[in-house]
Amino acid sequence: MRLEPLFSRATAGSAGETGSWRNFKPVVDLKKCSGCKECFYYCPEGVIEVRDVARIDYRFCKGCGVCQMVCRQKAITMVQEE
Amino acid sequence: MKKLLTSNEAVAEAVRIAKPDVIAAYPITPQSPIVEKLSEMVESGKLDSKFVRVESEHSAMGVVIGAATAGARVFTATSSHGLAYMYEMCWWAAGSRLPVVMALAARSIGAPWNIHGDHLDLMSMRDLGWIISVAENAQEAFDMTLNAFLLSEDVSIPVAVAIDGFTMSHTAEVVKLRQIDIPPRKQAYRILPGMEVALNAVTFGEARMLARYDLARDLENSADLIEKKYGGLVEEYRLEDADYAVVVTGGLSGDVKDAVDMLRDEGVKIGVMRLRFIRPFPKKAVRNLPPQVLVVDRANTDLRGVLSVEVAACGVDNKNVVAGIGGRYPTVDELYSCLRRFVDGRLSDVEWLI
Repeated sequence: MRLEPLFSRATAGSAGETGSWRNFKPVVDLKKCSGCKECFYYCPEGVIEVRDVARIDYRFCKGCGVCQMVCRQKAITMVQEE
Repeated sequence: MKKLLTSNEAVAEAVRIAKPDVIAAYPITPQSPIVEKLSEMVESGKLDSKFVRVESEHSAMGVVIGAATAGARVFTATSSHGLAYMYEMCWWAAGSRLPVVMALAARSIGAPWNIHGDHLDLMSMRDLGWIISVAENAQEAFDMTLNAFLLSEDVSIPVAVAIDGFTMSHTAEVVKLRQIDIPPRKQAYRILPGMEVALNAVTFGEARMLARYDLARDLENSADLIEKKYGGLVEEYRLEDADYAVVVTGGLSGDVKDAVDMLRDEGVKIGVMRLRFIRPFPKKAVRNLPPQVLVVDRANTDLRGVLSVEVAACGVDNKNVVAGIGGRYPTVDELYSCLRRFVDGRLSDVEWLI
């Protein structure tokens, strides 16, 4: 009996890297970012790290745009992928 | 110790001896007396279990799945519409490879509304990945329920014990109680506080296919263990020299045996193969049946009776009688005349005993 199919453990992008299907990616204007962590709290994929400013791990970001919506400084814009 | 018990009470007595940590159930006819008895035992201190009152059968199975995940020995019981409501969670129990024991007082599912016995609820469990045993009488209801706890924990597969609604669930017989010291709980894994792990998150790729494959193989292989330790998959009644065999399961088997005895008295070499388990399906035994086979079903598909389809799937041609739907119980005389026509070659391929 293989039990591995039943279990999952918290790791970055546990369902795999995003790959090439993301249409828009959030880009942070570092001059506007205040480091308030609002985007960090809301990101459903947990791919945003905030020290002084927000940094997004694009390997796992799905481009949902929640961070842009919640950003109080309007520091995030969704940019079309090439 | 011998006691006069209905099959419902016999199941409750077996559960008392197995001492589950958690019992959760919702009342439904004709199963209710099982959990009524158990709740009395918990109330009086005779049974040291946590009895969880729930708002539905879906929740009842949810509670026992949660408790079993943490390593608790668990029990629930249901019937008919209750099983239908619980159905989704039954898949989760099997797929999660959790030892769970459930009693099913088999009853018709509406419409038309009917509280009496047949096997249509029971047969809806076939593809879940559960082990399914079907008792013939109150004694077997007791033995199978007690064994179900051990078997389920041996193989980490849920086990159902079916009894026929009313003809067994509410009919008293003498039962010999077997007191055993139940061994400590065994299971493939436990999830405890402090473990950073999620059970059954969404899977991709081949994960589900592998899990389903393993469950199918383990279910099939549990047949050997049932033959060795748990009384076997089938009972053979007067089959040793038989030219004709009747395949049947559940309480109706007793009436079929009476009808077979009448034909034996007339010199017909006929016997009964009673399926004690329908999952794993006793395919080896079925393949060794004599050439002339009649399957008596209490549940139907559009093709033929459910067990008839399964016997045919083992490569065994058979005649089929669909009987006892919604409490339209055939009498021994009716069964005798059916069997007589079968032996004389006058029974058509599929007949309904209406």
